[in-house]
This record gives sequence, structure tokens and C-alpha cells, in this order.
Amino acid sequence: MLELLTDHTVQNVMVAAVFLGITAGVLGSFAVLRQQSLLGDTLAHAALPGVCLGFMIAGGRELGAILGGALMTAIAAALLMLLLTRRSRLKTDAALGVALSFSFAVGVVLLTHIQGTPNASQGGLDSFLFGQAAATLRSDLWVMGAIMIAALALVGVFWKEFKLVTFDPSFAGAIGLPVVLLDVALTTMIALAVVIGLQMVGVVLMASMVIAPAVAARQWVNRLEHMVLLAAAVGVVAGVAGALASALGRNLATGPLIVLAASAIVLVSILAAPGRGVLWEQLKRWRDRRALRGRQVLATLYELAAHHRDPRFPAEIGALDAYHGLHTQTALERLERQGLVRRASHMPDEDLHWTLTDRGHAAARRVLADVEAEAR
Amino acid sequence: MLQAAFSNIPAMIVLTGALVGIAASLVGTFLVLRRNAMLSDAISHSIVFGIVVVWLLTHQQSGPVQIIGAALTGLLTVFLTELLVSSRKVKNDAAIGLVFPVLFALGVLLLNLYARDVHIDTHTVLLGEIGFVWLKTVGIFGLDVPQAVVWMSVITLVNAAFVIFFFKELKLTTFDPQLAQALGFAPTVLFYALLALTSITAVGAFDAVGAVLFIAFVIIPPAAAYLLTDRLVAMLVIAALIAIASSVGGYVLAVHLDVSIGGMMAVMTGAFLAVAFLFGPRYGLVAQAYRSWTQRYADEVRALVVHLYDHEDTAARDEENVTTALREHLSWAPHKASAVLARGLSQGLILREGKVLHLTNRGRDAAHDLLEPWRRYRTG
Repeated sequence: MLELLTDHTVQNVMVAAVFLGITAGVLGSFAVLRQQSLLGDTLAHAALPGVCLGFMIAGGRELGAILGGALMTAIAAALLMLLLTRRSRLKTDAALGVALSFSFAVGVVLLTHIQGTPNASQGGLDSFLFGQAAATLRSDLWVMGAIMIAALALVGVFWKEFKLVTFDPSFAGAIGLPVVLLDVALTTMIALAVVIGLQMVGVVLMASMVIAPAVAARQWVNRLEHMVLLAAAVGVVAGVAGALASALGRNLATGPLIVLAASAIVLVSILAAPGRGVLWEQLKRWRDRRALRGRQVLATLYELAAHHRDPRFPAEIGALDAYHGLHTQTALERLERQGLVRRASHMPDEDLHWTLTDRGHAAARRVLADVEAEAR
Repeated sequence: MLQAAFSNIPAMIVLTGALVGIAASLVGTFLVLRRNAMLSDAISHSIVFGIVVVWLLTHQQSGPVQIIGAALTGLLTVFLTELLVSSRKVKNDAAIGLVFPVLFALGVLLLNLYARDVHIDTHTVLLGEIGFVWLKTVGIFGLDVPQAVVWMSVITLVNAAFVIFFFKELKLTTFDPQLAQALGFAPTVLFYALLALTSITAVGAFDAVGAVLFIAFVIIPPAAAYLLTDRLVAMLVIAALIAIASSVGGYVLAVHLDVSIGGMMAVMTGAFLAVAFLFGPRYGLVAQAYRSWTQRYADEVRALVVHLYDHEDTAARDEENVTTALREHLSWAPHKASAVLARGLSQGLILREGKVLHLTNRGRDAAHDLLEPWRRYRTG
């Protein structure tokens, strides 16, 4: 394990994974909240022609040029998508799909064009489809780090504006913020996150890196500040876990492992996040149902006592079961523990009888008053 | 004779591309109209998982088992997405973006683990090899027909049959799902059937164009057709024609430039979309610009007519209803004022007498119509 951590390649991959996790988590939060989750997918696919263009211009596999090209075409695709939604009758989903598939097709054409030309270092280009974390060089880290810092600085500077545009764009427009410009800025920054991820997870799986950390973080917290920080943390954990698993495992690709790690965190978050998680909801529903049954039984006992003009009227459990159409024993025992009912004396050959205590009477009256108040 | 056609490599490649395009746009039309276009993205990616699993289990790369596997994977994708959405923790778009990468990642890892050196490598998965469709042939009626052509023909026919037989239902569920539900047409079942067909088409097209280019064939021809027509039948036909034209044009260009044939075909669909976007008869950018341009021209003449009408019988007439007043009172530039005037004169709304401008009867009627449109109806 320690040996692994001192390995140069593994170190590089780890640092790259941290960069990717932070950037994708922070910017993905905005994308998810603005319901533009699939924008990341489109931008990632649209990075492919840029990768090829960068390669063609630099004449080799030089990360700076490649990422620059990727950024350009990703932004071009975003603008194409905006143009289509604003100036034609196509809806967002179709515009996203058009921008995604058309850009990718151009990328494929360029890729085959490059492969048709005699160039020794062309082999590495395919790796941007699925990512090839192990090919990360120390110099690549500087490029990725710089992009990350640029993205984070932009978020920091325009924090207030981005927040407003995310949650209430019409209000932002009304108080005079340049909404379109901020829109373009946020989109560009998602392109930045995508570009960092190209080397790590590739164009196809990048969608997940933008969405998963943000969705996971959203389950645990309600404030944007906390969500952004938590999403970055989730991104880092997923990135490092995936990178480690890949280094330890049998030559498994890093990208898919990172994506699976992030998705696992999403699953756990959706199920178990306190208060909001599906399991908690189920638990609450179960408790509510139990409380409701207790109140029903209490009300029945009260009505029976009133009907018989006997506050200590012993009701037979069989009658209660028949009346409610279900087993009331557990509900009665719970009420007994709360001191609201007690077992009435009964003949040995009779079924168990229950009667209300004084506190039970008071509680039943409260229940009935509540019901009446609700009915009104 | 027939055998010669089936052995003609370019013809078979173009035919495969056209079949992929037609089959894809038949289902794609409804996905685009239902605003579910990105589901094709999700399905085409996650289908990789299905293909790898079926391959690992049966070692069959195509055929009925793969078709069933694909349909199931596609449905699984949509089911998981809807499950996430129904938990109300995740919005629809995020749910799509969460599910398909997981399945795709699992597919890639399974390839990593068990199929390092086999034919389905990750490269083919994404890009396809339409240039080699003629390599694998099957005998039918004594003819050697490329396998891809056979499968895509069958799938195209199935899709076409589905659209024809359920045309009424598809139309209703697409444009008014609530009414469809109320009338008992089971829109959900139809929706899942549509997505199952999309998955099957994806796996059929997989060898030819790969997972991602397939999306172009699903979304772009219908999107282009949508910009050209308002009629569903016309949209289906136009989309299919665009698919065919893209296949032919893409092949020619790809051979000429020596690049990926499937990629070029997909790029061509984009070119057709660009043409529709710019030059569509009603929704194209040019048509829009032309409309707003003629509208502005008409509005200017209207403004002139109303101005003349306002001052027609007043003392200020000789001051207001002269050419120079148009510059000062309507603050129009000289060339604009004379252009508008010329249009008013040629449309027979205005007469010029020396310096003074008069309305003709038609001009007066036009001003009436604008200022007091209700009169038209009152006096009949």
C-alpha cells in the first residue's frame, strides 16, 4: 500500500483525481441545480473534435493544446445548443442531443483523418474516449491544476451572482444582472470541468462526474455553500477511491471505477441521507402509520365508553380487532406502555379486555378534537 | 444480377447507413416530439452493458439473443431512471445522467476483465465499422447478403410496422398524453415499446455506426424534419429522406476525404439540419428574418397612413401632411421617409398633389381599419 503511494504514476493519478473531483463537484452543483445535468454530457462528447484539432495544431500529443482545443469545441457546442433552443422550435433535449451527436461525429471524422496521416504519436488520442489515467504526466498536472484554480476563482468572484442566477433567474434579470452572460460563464466553466476530466475518465463517462457528486451532496445539505463543498469532497473521495482501486486491481480502467465509486456514493446518499433519504422516509411513514393506529384504537375505546356511559368500559380485544379489521394487540400494548390504557379484569374463560385510563380519556379527547379541527 | 448488387461494397455500405438512418429516425421522431431525445443517448450508451453481458454469456455478437438483451437493457435503463425520478430525490435530467454512465462503466469494466483481446473492443463500441459490413454475409434464397443489411432490414420493417399499426395511438400519446390516458390507450406501455424498439435499433446499428453516432441518426433527421413541417406523416417521411441522403452523401465524402464513413454520414445529417435551420420555409432563420422585415415595412406604411389620416381634416394639414414633416414629426431619416412614401404610393394608399399628401379611399379605409377595427364588423 505504502509502496503504491510512493509510485510516481499513482501519485500523478491521485493528484489528477483530486483536481477532477473538486472541479467537477463544485461546477456540477450549479449544473444539477439549474437542471442542466445533461449539459455536461453534451460538452464532454463535444470535446472530442477539439482534442483532435488541438492534436493537429500542436502536431503531437501535447496536453495544453489538446485541452485548449477541447475547451473551444465544448463551448462551441454549448453555443450551438443555445442557438438552437433560442432561434428554432427545437426543445432543450433535442438541442442537447443534436449538439452532442453532431460534435462527436465531427470528432470521429477528425480522429480518422489523423489516423490516416503518418504521425508516430497518434496512438494516444483514443485514450480520450475512455480516459487513460495512467498516462497522466507530472506536467499535465500543472495544466489541470491551473484550469481548476481558474474555475474555482471564477466561482469565488461571482459567487453571489451565480447563486442568484441558479435559484431565481428572473429576479436576477429584474435587478439588472447580465443573466445571459452569467449563463454563458457557468456553461463555460462546466466545459472547464469536462476538460480536466478528459484525461481521467474520458468523454463518455464525464457526464457522471458532473452529476453524481452534486446529486450525492444535495441529499445531505440544503445550503448551496455546503452543497458545493460536500460535492467537491464527494468528487475527491470518488476520484481517489477509483484511482486506488484501479492501481490495486487487475488493470481495470480508472474512469469507470471512479464513476462507479461516485455512483455508489449517490446510491447511499439517496437511501440514507438523514431526514431526506428514502430509508428515512420509509421509517417516518412506518412510525406515522403506527401512531395513527394507536390513535384510532384510542378513539374507538373512547366512543365505546361514551356509548355505554361507562368511562371504564372494558372492551373485548376480539371486538376491537373485528372493528378495525386488523390486529390491535400491539397497538394496545404500546398504548399501555404510554399509560393510556390498561388491561381490565376479566373472567378466565374470556378474551382479554382493555379499558381507558384517565390519561387515555384526555388523550382520546385530544385526538377527536384534532380530527374535528382537521375536518373543518 | 441481384447477387451483383449484394456484392457491391459501396452499395451495401450506403444501404446499411440508409437503413440505420430510417429505422432510427422512425423511433427518433417520436422521441424528439415527446421531448425525450436524450433517452436515446442514455440507451445507446447503456446498451454496451447489455451487449457485453450477452456476449459473455452466449458468445454471440449479434442475432436474436443480442436483440432481446438489448431490449432488456434499454428498458432497464429507462426503468432505473424512472425509479430515481419517482423517489423525488433527483430531477429527470440528472437521473438519466446518473444511470447510463453506471451501466456503461460496468460494460467497459467487464470488457476489461473478461474480454481483453476479443473483437468487441471499446473502440468499435463507440465508433462502429460500417466500412466492413460486407465482410460478414449470410445466405438468403441462395444469395450472399451482408448480415448487417439483413438485420437492419428486419429492424426497419419492424419499426415501420410499429409506427403504421399504432400510428393513431402514437400520435395521441405524443401530443396529448393525458387524453390518451383518459381514453385508456396505456401511454406508458406504448412509451416502453417505443424505447424497446429504440434499444433494438441501437444494437442492430451497433456494429455499423457504434453507440454514439447512433444518437445522431435518432435525433438529427427528425429534428431537421421538425423544422420543416407541422405534419407528423410529413415529418416521418422527411426524416427518412434526410437519413437516406445523409448516407449517400456521407459515403461519397468519406471516401473522397478518406475518413470514417459512419462519422461522415452523421456529420451529413447535421448539414441537413443546418440547412433546415437556416432555410426552412416557415421556421427557418431566413424565413423568420424575411417575415419580420416585411412586417416592419408594412408597419412603416401603416404609420404613414395613420399620420396622414390624423391630420386629414385639420388646420395643420398643410403643415403635417407634407414630405418634409415625415422627417421631423415621425423622425424618419430622409432615405427612409422617401422609401416609405414610395411604397405607400405604389400600393395606392396615398396620392401626391404638389407638396401635400392625400389619402386615397383605400388609404382611408386602411387607416380606419387600424384605428377603429370594430367598425368593420358593425357596418358590415
